[in-house]
Amino acid sequence: MTAVAQDVPRVDRFGIGDLLAEAAAGIGARPGRLVLTILGTVLGIASVVVTVGLAQTAAGQINKQFDAVAATQGVARPATSRGFDGNQRNLGTLPWDAPDRAERLNGVEAAALVSELDIGDLQVTAVPVHDPSAARVTSPSVVATSAHALEALDGHVVQGRYFDSGHDARADRVVVLGADAARRLGVVRVDRQPSIFIGDRAYQVIGVVDGMVRRTDLGSAVILPNGTARADLGLTAPEELHLHLAVAAGPVVGTQLPVALDPNAPETVEVQVPPATSSVRQSVQADINTIFLALGGVALLIGGVGIANVTLLSVLERVGEIGLRRALGATRRQIAAQFMVESVVVGLLGGLVGAALGVAAVTTVSAVQDWTPILDLRMVAVAALAGGVIGLLAGLYPSLKAASIEPISALRGGV
Amino acid sequence: MTVLDLLGAPQGGAPQDSGDLPPVVELRAVERQFPGDPPVHALYPADLQVDAGEYVSVVGPSGSGKSTLLNLLGLLDRPSDGEYLLDGIPTAAAGERERAALRARHIGFVFQAFHLLPHRTVLENVLLATIYSGVPRTERRERAVEALDRVGLSHRLDFRPTVLSGGERQRTAIARAVVSHPRVLLADEPTGNLDSESSAAVLELFDELHAGGLTLLVITHEDDVSARAQRRVRITDGHLREIA
Repeated sequence: MTAVAQDVPRVDRFGIGDLLAEAAAGIGARPGRLVLTILGTVLGIASVVVTVGLAQTAAGQINKQFDAVAATQGVARPATSRGFDGNQRNLGTLPWDAPDRAERLNGVEAAALVSELDIGDLQVTAVPVHDPSAARVTSPSVVATSAHALEALDGHVVQGRYFDSGHDARADRVVVLGADAARRLGVVRVDRQPSIFIGDRAYQVIGVVDGMVRRTDLGSAVILPNGTARADLGLTAPEELHLHLAVAAGPVVGTQLPVALDPNAPETVEVQVPPATSSVRQSVQADINTIFLALGGVALLIGGVGIANVTLLSVLERVGEIGLRRALGATRRQIAAQFMVESVVVGLLGGLVGAALGVAAVTTVSAVQDWTPILDLRMVAVAALAGGVIGLLAGLYPSLKAASIEPISALRGGV
Repeated sequence: MTVLDLLGAPQGGAPQDSGDLPPVVELRAVERQFPGDPPVHALYPADLQVDAGEYVSVVGPSGSGKSTLLNLLGLLDRPSDGEYLLDGIPTAAAGERERAALRARHIGFVFQAFHLLPHRTVLENVLLATIYSGVPRTERRERAVEALDRVGLSHRLDFRPTVLSGGERQRTAIARAVVSHPRVLLADEPTGNLDSESSAAVLELFDELHAGGLTLLVITHEDDVSARAQRRVRITDGHLREIA
């Protein structure tokens, strides 16, 4: 630093503000060219954002279908067919020992029969009150299950206990209440051995359960053992067999269960098990992503080369201006900085426009497909900034070129 | 050494440095040759001294070394040998940054081809010179307007140079050259692209600037342009000679 340069106060020297103003004027001088210059970057950034955004959205879509509950849940029902009268009728019945049969299979961790009961006009009450003028209240639904239902349905005991196969075999008059049903019936504690009435018959409440994610409706139901339901409420055949499966056991159980339940007529049992997650589909998806990202990368590269080209062209066109600025006292560094900033700003513009277009595309596709668009906003910000980085890299050579221009030769040409 | 010696020294020493100020331009055996086989001697060792307030013209046919001389004087090129003092500051060995700062603050350029930025207004073109030369930020606009007023273009502030006549363009360029209050104005064929009427106006302006105390150095091949100067220097085949 010399005396000549030092005696100018810092605020009056060529500063950042001047640099930005000069660069902005340089860019703004040719708006049409600016559009063409940023096109490559716009396309590149947009395709990267779209690829990543759609991949994230699709992943969200798959996750929605493939949650942990669905992956380990299975249901077996009697097959149905439509009769001539138009009604669905069952082709067969599940055996009462279906849970035992199912649990012998590899991959079945728990199994239980669940049947809704039709209790007709009977009312479920905590205290039987015969008051003809009282408004009729709706009863909680009544459901019969086998002993291990809690395991099969992923529920847990809040108070007391669940009934076991002994209650079932003896047809004991015991019930377990879903948490909602307990609240409605006013059963707060089970250690006082409360009873509820189904019609006029009293049943002892031995437990309160909750959290049956596979049959959330059981939270507001009165649950009694199969044997009791058969004896008191006329349950004739089990309705559904709920299975808790090991992950990925679905296909195997799906083929074996009908035979295990009804060896003579396996076709009368309809089994719903989670499908095997398709590894083929996933790898195809990954391939598509790779291809799109590669295309995006190529587009970015072309965008960068485009910026470099146009900046270089602009340097060559503005040789006279560069010479003039040097003659007016600009240093090489100031000239290089000006073209560098122009290039970075052009890249940033491209990045911003591209990222915006990408977000718009992801949103539009999601709207059309009825998907939930999922897009990491940090990724969008990074993509926009990446445009600036591309501009920076693309501007390096042209800026050095501009800085190396000799004012003498530059001033011989016109501006 | 006595006190008398010390007192006497300023009066007695170097009578040729008549004033307190050093000459604005002083070439001491400056030469410029371009490498080649054989090397081209664009300027043979030359001495030139231009004092503050002088109006000097350099005449010579094309190819005589005028542009080389202008580039050397404008610090756009370095001499192969010799020393060039600008306002008393040695420049031959100065760094690029210092030379840029000297160009910005001590020299105003006027070119044959005007070199105005086509996308900027007349005012912005003049302001361009202030951002590199350290003119105080608050005074820039005021001084640019004042400079344009001085060249008679106050009514053209917001015009693009592309719609101006040649004479107006050159006057804009002159305003740009003087806005940073340079010590010397270097003009390279300032009337080369102008008709006679515009040329006369530009030369008139030079006379006014000279009358205002500005040091001018005009390079030209036209005799009637050089005739306006107080002092004429001829350059022929790289040799610099005073014209008596």
